[in-house]
Order: sequence, then C-alpha cells, then structure tokens
Amino acid sequence: MKMDRLSLPAKIALFVLSGVLLFAVAAFASGAATEGGAAANATAEVAQAAAQLGGQPGVAWWVWPVVLLFFCFILGIIAVLAGVGGGVLYVPLVSGFFPFHLDFVRGAGLMVALAGALAAGPGLLKRNFASLRLALPVALIASSCAIVGAFLGMALPTNVVQLCLGGTIMFIAILLLTSKNTAHPVVTKQDAVGLALGMNGAYNDPSTGELVEWKTHRTLPGLLMFIIIGVMAGMFGLGAGWANVPVLNLMMGAPLKVAVGTSKFLLSITDTSAAWVYLNKGCVIPLMAIPSIVGLMLGSFVGVRLLAKAKPTFIRYMVIGVLLFAGGKALMKGLGM
Amino acid sequence: MSNTPKHTGKASPEQVTYANMLFYGCWGGLALMLVTYLVYVTGILTPHVPLDRIPQLWSQPVGVYLKEGNVPHGWGWVALVGQGDFLNFIGIVLLAGMTILCYIPLIPAYLKRGEKIFAALALAEILVLLVAASGIVGGGAH
Repeated sequence: MKMDRLSLPAKIALFVLSGVLLFAVAAFASGAATEGGAAANATAEVAQAAAQLGGQPGVAWWVWPVVLLFFCFILGIIAVLAGVGGGVLYVPLVSGFFPFHLDFVRGAGLMVALAGALAAGPGLLKRNFASLRLALPVALIASSCAIVGAFLGMALPTNVVQLCLGGTIMFIAILLLTSKNTAHPVVTKQDAVGLALGMNGAYNDPSTGELVEWKTHRTLPGLLMFIIIGVMAGMFGLGAGWANVPVLNLMMGAPLKVAVGTSKFLLSITDTSAAWVYLNKGCVIPLMAIPSIVGLMLGSFVGVRLLAKAKPTFIRYMVIGVLLFAGGKALMKGLGM
Repeated sequence: MSNTPKHTGKASPEQVTYANMLFYGCWGGLALMLVTYLVYVTGILTPHVPLDRIPQLWSQPVGVYLKEGNVPHGWGWVALVGQGDFLNFIGIVLLAGMTILCYIPLIPAYLKRGEKIFAALALAEILVLLVAASGIVGGGAH
C-alpha cells in the first residue's frame, strides 16, 4: 500500500489503530488487565503499555522487541517532523517508560543515532550539504571528548547520570523553544583559524538554484564548544544534533543547510567513538537494540514522506512538551522519586 | 595555508568517495543486521544467553548482565560469533567500523593535494576511533 495515496487523517488513524492493537497484544501477553478508554495518540498507547508491563516479570521475551519496534517507528516519524535526531527522543522516553537499565538504553540510543547518521551521510555529502572540511576538525574534537563522556557516564552512579540527563533534556527543550537559527548568517571576514583550516565551501541550493558560498568565523570558540558537546553525547548516548546546529550556524556562521547537513554527518563520527565504548562494555543487547534501530529508520522514511503534509510547528511544540515531560521524569528517577 | 580550489558547489572527489563507501557499508550493515536478527529470534542458531533470560537481566546494570549472563566484554564476543545473539554483532560492528574505513582514503587524497593538516586530522581521527574500538582504555562497567 502506498502511503502517498492515503490522506493524513487516514494515516494518523492507521497509526493510532496499530498502537491500540499493539497495546492489546502486549497486555495480552503479559496477562495484565487493560483499562478501557482510548488514548490520544499511538505514542501514548505504547508508552502506557510499556509502563504497565514494566513491573511484570512474566512477560514473554518477544513482547518488548515488538513494542520497541513499533514505538521507535512512531518516534522516527515524530523526530523527522519535529526536526530533531532520534537519539534525543529515544534515550529519555525509553529510559522513562521501558524496563531497560539506563546502561542499555544509552548503548542502544547511540546505535540508533549512529545508524540514522550513517544512512543520511552519503546523500548529504554528495549534495555538499555536509562538508568534510568543516566536519574533520570538529569531529576530531567531538569524538575524542565523546570517549571521555562515555567513560564518565559509565563510571558515575546511575542516579547522578539520570539527574544530569534530566537537566540536559530540559535544557534541550528550552533550546528548541528559544533558538532562532539563521538561514544565511553574515560572515564579513573569515578568522585566522578558519582560514588556516580552509573552512569554507559552497553548495547549490535546489530551492533557489543559486550557488551559496560560505565561510566560518569565530572558529576557535566554536571548536572549543565541541569539547562540551562531545562529552555530553558520549555521556548520555543522545546524539548531539541539537547542539551541533546552533554552534555551526549561529556561532561559526555556516549556512543553516550546511550546519544541519554537517551536524547529521558529524554524528556518524562522534557517535562511532562513544558507541565503541558502550559496545566494548557490553551495553548493547541485540534483542532490544536492533528493533530500535530498524523501527526508527523505517519511521524516518515514513516521516520524510509525511513532512510535506504535516504541520511541523505543532509537532515541534509537541516534541518540546514531550521532552520537558521526559526530562522531568528522568530528574525524578535520579532523585529516587 | 589552505589550497582550496575555487568553489563550484560540487562535492570534492574525496567527499564523493567517502559518500559511496558509506552508502554501501551502511546499507550492507543494516541488511546484515536484519538477517542475523531473524536468525537469532527464530532460534535457527541457539543464543548464548537464552531469549527468555534476557528480560530478567536488561533491567539490571550492565555489570550484572555480564556476570549473570556469562557475557564477555570487549572483543570477547568474537569467540561466540557462532551463537545466535553474538552473530548480530557482525552487522553492529560493521556499522560502528564504517567511519574508520571511510577515513582511510582521505589521507592519500589530502596528501596528494598537499593538504598536510587535513591528512594529519584524518590520521588522528582514525587513531582515536581505533583506540575506542580496541577497548584498551577504561576499566569494567558498574
């Protein structure tokens, strides 16, 4: 069935119906009694199912991978429509509503962010929306610091990481709410570091047919910011597109399309280094990590198709609300409440 | 000093090579992961940790999972690759290793153009990722 032939309400109804069905399957398998009343949307249904099943030791092994696959499918759609990476939604929501320990959620979260970034990389590089010249110096700093962050995250007590995660997620929500990226920042003069590293380039903008040339300024402070970004990416397994884009765009002066494209590509390098640390520590359980990756990637494909018809502003505000909620829940978990 | 050529809006040859390698490696890795996962969950290959045991362990810290499930850390999984669960690590490791592979052709490409700084950056990145992949840094998990 081609998704294009369905109207948007029909698609939403289809997702809600699928969510309800999956919830019913999950509840049946666990033997849990379901309460009546339909939830507002499919994500809420699956999250509710997850919360109800959390304390059920007798749940069949296949239930969680199926629930996770569906949950991540919806998450992938929402992430694309809201313009955020999958990892930033995955870690707080899955750690909040699923019974997995934070160690495994962060490991899977990094794999999810990594797979999405690797899949997007070739198209972005070929269109010159991602620039190797911009990415290489930044990636070296961010990926080195992501290793440090990963070790820090593994060494700190779980409740401390939960607290920091909650604070970070709430900060991201506020950042999404307040940041105003600029399509074409004005860079009058390239600084010495940017010039020495040749951090400039051009791309053909398909929407205007123009050749857009760009160069960086404030390169050194921008590069230093990636120390913090790398540590946070590794520590929480979040991916870091939410931080990469404002630094590349607002601080260093890269056009928005280059900032977004290079940020996505950067994740494939930054997350690789942190992912290896989590892999080596045994924090990647295939039974839960692979349905997460597959679900999110399938959701992203559907999300891209829905992008033309959906109302991204509404979804963006919805995601900000979800992040605030998930951040609050992580904070409460960290405080033992 | 940079030797950047005049911009045409087109991706540089080394960027295109990187993109092509990444495309085949990424989708190959994902396809492989899907196949091995089906082999795993359908029970064609017996897993090292029984499937019905995992839900009891994934809510515990990783240290408990490793101990109770008798799961090796680092590259110890290679010895168990014939078992359903560890078979999945082939695809996962391919995904995690793609960036290292894609960086290798960048070094001669930049050296050929006389861009020693970028060749050094590419080499340094490979070393950083290899150190992370080797598992030689860091102690045990909590």
